[in-house]
Amino acid sequence: MTFKGIFPALTVVGFILAVWTLAVIPMNAHLTADQAQRDDMIITPEAPRERQEISGLGLALKNPAIIPLTYVQQRPRLPSPHQVAYEMYDTIFTKAPTSRKSLVYHAWVTLSATLLGFVIGTTLGVLLAVGIVYNRTMDKSVMPWAITSQTIPILALAPMVIVMLGAIGIQGLLPKSIISAYLSFFPVVVGMVKGLRSPDGMQLDLLRTYSASANQGFWKLRLPASMPYLFTSLKIGISAALVGAIVGELPTGARAGFGARMLVGDQYGQPMVTWAALFAAAITAAMLVAILSLMERRTLARMGMGAAA
Amino acid sequence: MSLVISAANLDLTFETNDGPVHALKDVNLEINKGDFVSFIGPSGCGKTTFLRCIAGLETPTSGEISVNGMTPDEARRARAYGYVFQAAGLYPWRTIGGNIRLPLEIMGFDKADQAERVSRVLELVDLAGFEKKFPWQLSGGMQQRASIARALAFDADILLMDEPFGALDEIVRDHLNEQLLQLWARTEKTIGFVTHSIPEAVYLSTKIVVMSPRPGRISDVIDSPLPKERPLDIRDSPEFIEIAHRVRDGLRAGHSDD
Repeated sequence: MTFKGIFPALTVVGFILAVWTLAVIPMNAHLTADQAQRDDMIITPEAPRERQEISGLGLALKNPAIIPLTYVQQRPRLPSPHQVAYEMYDTIFTKAPTSRKSLVYHAWVTLSATLLGFVIGTTLGVLLAVGIVYNRTMDKSVMPWAITSQTIPILALAPMVIVMLGAIGIQGLLPKSIISAYLSFFPVVVGMVKGLRSPDGMQLDLLRTYSASANQGFWKLRLPASMPYLFTSLKIGISAALVGAIVGELPTGARAGFGARMLVGDQYGQPMVTWAALFAAAITAAMLVAILSLMERRTLARMGMGAAA
Repeated sequence: MSLVISAANLDLTFETNDGPVHALKDVNLEINKGDFVSFIGPSGCGKTTFLRCIAGLETPTSGEISVNGMTPDEARRARAYGYVFQAAGLYPWRTIGGNIRLPLEIMGFDKADQAERVSRVLELVDLAGFEKKFPWQLSGGMQQRASIARALAFDADILLMDEPFGALDEIVRDHLNEQLLQLWARTEKTIGFVTHSIPEAVYLSTKIVVMSPRPGRISDVIDSPLPKERPLDIRDSPEFIEIAHRVRDGLRAGHSDD
């Protein structure tokens, strides 16, 4: 991202933070009021049943004293930004990375499955694309199924994959990676088919005048021509792979990884844990995409196609 | 003089969704070694198709065609010709030197030979010093010159050019025409050149093949009396204007009967 590009992006972040901060008040007003009443504060209306009748915003306006308290609840419905930030700081920087309490530990669990799945998915995607471009039968048969595969909700498919692989003794990293691969191969197939077919008739004729072999045509023309398409696909693929790994952690009661943290936070009433995992996952995805963007710029610049990037 | 390309009773029909298209009908032509032959005619007259037949990129429906005494397909596999397309078609990810090396790599020339040939043909098209530049750093005319260098790099005796200067402006085109003549004089290649510009055809050629459309056929073959040495102002000479007239008449005749 260029320096100039940072300001619009920060403006959006600032806006989201502002909306979030304001939303904390009405979202947490009722439970804050209940707690405050137990701590002998005077709350209007006094009866909890009556309070259910009015909105969170109305309740906060009637009892301005509870507004600061909505930001410091132990188990808020919506944690405030600073609570999430503290939870992230606490679990990333103050715990040993090998500890189960460390978010770095959980990040690594999810990241390793993501990267393995991404490698499997990308390899599969490139191989399928080569097959589709060079083989008429594969062109007719594979593409429709690749598209169909992506119409199946991954949330429905993931538990089946995990349970079935578990039944034949495959557990841990690989089942999650397979779900990652399942999500990440598709953009690679689509992008690479387009990229490998991007050389025009004239460029192909040129190779025919040299009586170049199909092999030479692939390595000297089709593959280099597909590079800009490949990188675009990889950036979509790696974020899909991360989502896949997290989804793979949800249905089985996995004990580690971002998915497990989100589930634990939800089930044990620790919203800060869920939110911290959510943001950590988003930051991880952003970093992965940023690394790929950097590789893209480097590669295309070296190939003299910097302007295309 | 030895015969390099000969076509006899050549016919080519394309099957399209709108029915068959008769692209070439009864084409007879002989091209000798060292000839500069232009093919001129309106679009759809089959001039590019004929060039592609010589190159073995299209297969005639019937008739005989031989290149260096072989079928065009064999000649293509023997790398008998270099082909220059309408657009330069340089690979954007290769430098100018890398683009010229492309046919050499494919044909398996060794590294030292490749380097020597690249610098020699760059010199020939007046692009010495541009070896490490990428195509986007060059103007359109320079890119087209690089693509000619690419076609020259492996020393084929025949150079086939399909409207190579069609997309360039007139001043650049004049300049390139002059350079092409010098290059032809130096290398003594046999050149087949497709164009739709009458002055270009007359200025460059020793033999002008006038073609007409529907079906694509040869309506006139003119052997140019102009000397081999041709400064640009030869275009104002009476001989030049006379040949240009004959070409124009041939084109008009082709037009009137469709």
